[in-house]
Parts: sequence; C-alpha cells; structure tokens
Amino acid sequence: MIQIKQLVKKYSSPQGQVMALDDVSLNILPGTIYGIIGLSGAGKSTLVRCLNLLEKPSSGQIIVAGQELTALSSKELRKARQNIGMIFQHFYLLQSRTVSENIAFPLEIAGVPKTEISIRVKELLHLVGLEDKATAYPGQLSGGQKQRVGIARALATKPQVLLCDEATSALDPQTTLSILNLLRDINQKLGLTIVMITHEMKVVKEICTHVAVIHEAHIVENGPVESVFIKPQSDIARQFVSTVFPNDLPVDLLKELATHRDSEIVRIQFLGTRASDPIITDLLRTCEVRANILYGSIDHLRSTLFGTLTLELQGSPEQLKEAQQYLTSRDLKVEVIKREL
Amino acid sequence: MSFDIGSLLHGSGSVGDLLQLIIPATGETLYMVFASTVLAYLIGLPLGIILVVSSPDHILPNPWVERTLGTVINILRSAPFIILLVALIPFTRSIIGTSVGTTAAIVPLVISAAPFVARVVETSLKEVPYGVIEAALSMGASPKQIIQKVLLPEAKASLILGVAITTISVIGYTAMAGTVGGGGLGDLAIQYGYNRFRTDVMIVTVIILVVIVQIIQSLGTTLARKLTH
Repeated sequence: MIQIKQLVKKYSSPQGQVMALDDVSLNILPGTIYGIIGLSGAGKSTLVRCLNLLEKPSSGQIIVAGQELTALSSKELRKARQNIGMIFQHFYLLQSRTVSENIAFPLEIAGVPKTEISIRVKELLHLVGLEDKATAYPGQLSGGQKQRVGIARALATKPQVLLCDEATSALDPQTTLSILNLLRDINQKLGLTIVMITHEMKVVKEICTHVAVIHEAHIVENGPVESVFIKPQSDIARQFVSTVFPNDLPVDLLKELATHRDSEIVRIQFLGTRASDPIITDLLRTCEVRANILYGSIDHLRSTLFGTLTLELQGSPEQLKEAQQYLTSRDLKVEVIKREL
Repeated sequence: MSFDIGSLLHGSGSVGDLLQLIIPATGETLYMVFASTVLAYLIGLPLGIILVVSSPDHILPNPWVERTLGTVINILRSAPFIILLVALIPFTRSIIGTSVGTTAAIVPLVISAAPFVARVVETSLKEVPYGVIEAALSMGASPKQIIQKVLLPEAKASLILGVAITTISVIGYTAMAGTVGGGGLGDLAIQYGYNRFRTDVMIVTVIILVVIVQIIQSLGTTLARKLTH
C-alpha cells in the first residue's frame, strides 16, 4: 500500500545541514497497522509528514496505492491526498465550524454535492459515536471527542490510508485506549491501512501489527510486532520493549544471586497458547533442577498473550543445560542473563 | 476662551442653529468614515492575505512579493497623514476631479487606511494555527480553498475586531481631512468651536464623536464574541 524508497530529508539550519531521515526504506502492506516508534527528534514525525508530502523529501520515492506521490503535479497531489487521511496530536479542527461542518469540510474540498455530504456526515458521526455532538463546536468537546471528530474528518473521503501523527499523545490513558480501539475497529471494518507515529510502546503493543523503530534518522529495525517484542535486535528497540514489559531485576537482588553457586538466571518469553501451559511444573517434573521465580508478567500484544518469566534455576551444570534444552524444545524463547555486574 | 454652559442652550447660537451645523457635519463624517473604511478593506484585505500566504513556510511562500509589499506598506504607513493629505492633492484631483470636499477627502483617507488594514488583517490571519492549515492541506485543499474556507472563517472574530479598530482610527483621520475642506465633525469643531469660540459646537461635536466610537467598538466586540465558539 505504501512504499518508501531511499527517502532522504535534509534541513538546512544555521549550524549546517541536518539529516532528518537518512536512506529510509519501508514497505507497508495493505490492511496493516504499522507503528513507527522513536524518541523525540528521531525523525518519525518528518517521516509521516513525507507520506502525504506535507514535507517534501530531499530525495527518494513515496508510493501510495500505486501512485508515486513524488512525481505528481500539485493538482494531482491534491487529488491523491484525498486518498490519505491524517489525524494529529493537537487535532487541528476548525474552531468556527460545528462537528458536522468539520466532518463535511474535506467533502466540500473534494466537491461532493451537498445532499451526499449530509448523508456521509451522518454515517461518520455514527462510526465515531458522536451523533449527539453534531451541532457542538470543537471548543465544547473533550480531547477524546475532538480526536473522534478528527478521525471522522480524516475518513470522510473514504481514504485507503490513515496517517496518525502522535494521535493519542495529548490524551489521558483511558481516552487513549478508547481511541486505539476505535482505530482498530476501523482497520478491521474498512480494511484501512494505518500508519501510527508514536513514542509510546504501549500504543504499538495495543494495536500495531508491524513496527519500525526509528533512531537518529535511520530505521534500525522493523517487522511484525511479535518478533520485535520477543527478539529486539537493537538497543533502542530493547529499551522500548522494556517500557511495556519491564524485566530488569533490582541490582541488590542480582548482587545476592551472584553469590549462589550452581545456579543461573534465565528469562523465558512465551506467546499465545504457550502462556496457558504449566511450563514450570513440566520443567521440574522432567529435569532435576529447582526453580526460584524472580519475576513474571503476562500481558497482551494486540489480541495474543505475551508473557515473560525470570527464573533462577539451581542444579549441576549438566542439569542446567538439560533444563535449557527442555525449555527450548517447548518452543519458548530462553535467554540466560549474565550475573556479573 | 471662557466656558459658559449657558451658551449651550441660548448663548451665541440657538439650538436650531446648532442642529443646522451638527446634522450635516455628522452625515459628512459618517459618509467619509464608512466609504473610506469599505474602500480601504477592498484594497487592504487582499493585501493582508497576500502578506500572510507569501510569507516563508506558508501556503504560497514568495519572499520577493512579501518583502516588496511589506516595504510599500511600511513607507505608506510611515508618512504622517497630514503630509499625505497635501501630497495626494494632485492625485485626488485626477480621479475625483476636485481636491476639495468630502468625497475628495476619501482618497487620502483610503490611501492611508489601506496599508493599515493590510497589517491588521495580517495580524488576524496569523492567529490561525498553522496546524489547521496543514490539516486542510492534508485533505487536498487548494490555496484558494484554504484562504476562503480556513483562513478567513477561522479569523472572522479577530477580523471583525480589526474592522472596529480601523473604523475608529479613520474617524480620527477625518478630523484632519477637514483641513482640506473635507467637512465633517472635525472640521466643524475647528471652524466653529475653535476659530469662532463656539464652545457649544465644540462640546456637542466631541460628544457625538465619543458616541460614534463607543457604538462601533461595542458592535465590534459583541459581534466578535458571538463568532467565537
């Protein structure tokens, strides 16, 4: 649906050229919810703004729905933008228009006849659950309601792609969840491809199918959410994962554990049905080791369960090796944590 | 000049005599003020829009247009009105046919007010957050649609307050226009109130001007408040 090829974006500043994006390539498949995560200043906002050419790339190609945006005339680009909805952190609604009129706005721009506009606006109000706010002004709405208007407005022209630029960053945790649920529903109902820019891993965890980690103008890692969560390749990705699945043990505990002989600390991660298997009992019955549970958590990655368990296993080196092999044979990801501090 | 409240009632002139002076002068002032303000907006509003959209990082960035227009506006605004009034006499004569009278006074008033309007409009339009404009761009809006459907409607309340400010400062200028035979309340105040020691005329003209200013300002404020949601 979206192909980004060798995208480069430079800014000139008094201090010289600043590389905002350096040779970024991504392929976003239709129907996916693609998260792009990075720290502030990593270039993620620039990246999403390049996807509808609000930001003109210095070089590279942007292809959306088979159309190379970077090659279009300004008139053709305006037409193409009607196929790419966008929502913003600060909503950017028109204060002088009611909720209905805000949703009607992109349709007016597209030259849709008035009677069709009013039918479509009603559908959209229903979709985002704001039928009772049709005649309210944005100034009278809460943040979550404003973002719902933003979503309805972005979807008015039935785009194939929705870009979300930190769409939940100005909202409280509960409202964030309700907006994310709405986005997921829309993704499933309409088959819309969604690109979400965020600095919060919990947003990715909730709804994204894929994620790209952007750091210092580069994409350092990307792929299906499960693989990035279970096996982050880069330090920055590992840091992001640990913000939602913290599994660092307290230093004092590690110090104490370091004095134990014939033991090792292992971290086990499991996904989906594995989460409901009684693995510790099975392990202890099969192998001659003793286990001390240090840390455990279970949460969901979108709709699948994702768990992590940190154990101290005690036994002879052979027994420990056997235990590790057993766990690996059960399709679990096992990682031995170094005890040296 | 001694102040005598009695002169207001039956001093050097009767009430009828006073009304005969005041009514036509008020009409002339209102005519000058409204005609000049309307014409100044016809010129100044598009200029204000051009100033905003041609600025860097706006929808139609054009440094050359922005700088040239900005300079011309600054030059016109720095010329004292009284100088402009005299300097424009030949120009006024060439378009109105005369340089004397109420209608003739409108020409320098417009030339002086239009650049002022351009700046007032510019300030109002710059209050519209650029994010809102970008949102419209992301929907595929053209520059013309952005001006008509985003910039102007979103700045409406602020633009209305600008109209009130402009109208009130034009009232001040019309008093000076009296010096070139423009007529109006300002002229009356100088001719009768000052030169002929008619304190009654002076006081009544001042009161009428105060009332006009009050009405315009409260109209502007009320309207702007109604348009703010």
